[in-house]
Amino acid sequence: MNYFIQQLINGITLGSIYGLIAIGYTMVYGIIGMINFAHGDVFMVGAFVSLITIIIFGITGTSSVAVGIGVLILVAAISMVIAGIYGWTIERLAYRPLRGSFRLAPLITAIGVSIFLQNFIQATQGARVKPLQAIISGGFTILEGNDFVVRVTYMQILIVVLTFLLMTGFTYLISKTSLGRAQRACEQDMKMAMLLGIDVNTTISTTFVIGAALAAVAGLMYLLYYGVIDFYIGFSAGIKAFTAAVLGGVGSLPGAMLGGLVIGLIEVFFAAYFSSEYKDVAAFSMLIVVLIFMPQGLLGRPEIEKV
Amino acid sequence: MTQNLLAVRGVETFYGRNQALYGIDMDVNEGEIVTMIGANGAGKSTLMMAICGVNRAVRGSVTFAGKPIHEMPTHEIIRLGISQSPEGRRIFPRMSVYENLQMGAVTIDPKYFADDLARMYALFPILEKRHAQRAGTLSGGEQQMLAIGRALMARPRLLLLDEPSLGLAPLVAKTIFDTLRELNQSQGLTVFLVEQNAYHALRLASRGYVMVNGRITLSGTGSELLNHPEVGAAYLGGSGH
Repeated sequence: MNYFIQQLINGITLGSIYGLIAIGYTMVYGIIGMINFAHGDVFMVGAFVSLITIIIFGITGTSSVAVGIGVLILVAAISMVIAGIYGWTIERLAYRPLRGSFRLAPLITAIGVSIFLQNFIQATQGARVKPLQAIISGGFTILEGNDFVVRVTYMQILIVVLTFLLMTGFTYLISKTSLGRAQRACEQDMKMAMLLGIDVNTTISTTFVIGAALAAVAGLMYLLYYGVIDFYIGFSAGIKAFTAAVLGGVGSLPGAMLGGLVIGLIEVFFAAYFSSEYKDVAAFSMLIVVLIFMPQGLLGRPEIEKV
Repeated sequence: MTQNLLAVRGVETFYGRNQALYGIDMDVNEGEIVTMIGANGAGKSTLMMAICGVNRAVRGSVTFAGKPIHEMPTHEIIRLGISQSPEGRRIFPRMSVYENLQMGAVTIDPKYFADDLARMYALFPILEKRHAQRAGTLSGGEQQMLAIGRALMARPRLLLLDEPSLGLAPLVAKTIFDTLRELNQSQGLTVFLVEQNAYHALRLASRGYVMVNGRITLSGTGSELLNHPEVGAAYLGGSGH
């Protein structure tokens, strides 16, 4: 039982990271109907920018959790801005010129951008795995059983709390602000949004920037949680977050958050009870099962629209 | 002499290789209600979209308040004061009625919003009753009122209305036409109205055009067209109403 609770905690942590990435997939799909396969690599870039910022500032492990958190928020902000610039540029150069072209075209350039980003980071940062010393260490014991001790680290708490705060803020942005309304309007009827005076290009750009910024925070969390990154982490994390978006219902924001959580839990429990070698297989099998039996996802809409 | 608010000159548009409009010339003057009648597929909605820059005019020009607009992006054309309630209403189905009205006012200084909203609710009380409801769940007539209300929230100098009476019960259609007449008379709202319901449209409008297969074949005052034999035969079911 203790072992189960421990895995539950680990799964929620991992699921938070996937959920943040999944939002970027689902938002872009909602608004322009394409899967941005380069999104996982923007997450990877976010992780690298975080690592570089941490090294430049010479941040090392600190005993004060408060100082640690303050510094990390600064790192997150820098990483969000730079990843946001990546997101904006990718849309501007690789997707916008192809708008109105056949549906497969931006999908192909997305894969091209993904390969480019991986190689760009490999060439500039090297192919070796980059380690990072733990910045926030420690935690506390919540259950002490006869054979297994359940621990929550401060890092895990930070990840879950920060994810919760970001998602709350993001939900507010989408549901209550004029920017969020413009985004939903473009998602529901882009031509009509134009006819009301919305600059659709700006709205789409903003969507990419927001998605990239959230992925950058996920990249920072991944870096801090695992302590190692390389230029290839965007691939598997990206596909898992994509699975999360599909599982939740592509286009649905609460769905992306829920899907992320479910995929994180599946992965962790599969690794804990069956095989950690094959944990990726569990997540990807989930993708296939969902696509076959429940293509609209948990919270997605069926494709039938009332006319 | 009234000012020429909208001037369309020689506009031609295409859908792929198929030409939809052939050299359209028409005007809307400040304070007028002008209507364009014609059968389904004649090109009326295409013209509305061409005015707003959604379907680009390949040849010809569109001038609004003296300014050529046929090469401007749609959102900038709208910001000059043209507002459209398009064919099929196109309300945002997964937004509330209130949010749809907010979307109508995106180009407008927020300080006007509360007053404009109150005016819209006074005009269409049903919208106030349903303000929190998802717009997709409204009835056809309510959706039409919402589409018109949303277009009016933009404080347009020129209101483009595409088939506001389509699919509505005659009584609801009459309410909508009455509302338009009232807004025109009390506030001087300029309206360009596209209709299949020729009888009501021509009675409401000061001038009208008839479009057949992408060309304007007739024009005149509302009553001239109402009494024109061709119009009577083709659009008014023979002897009129």
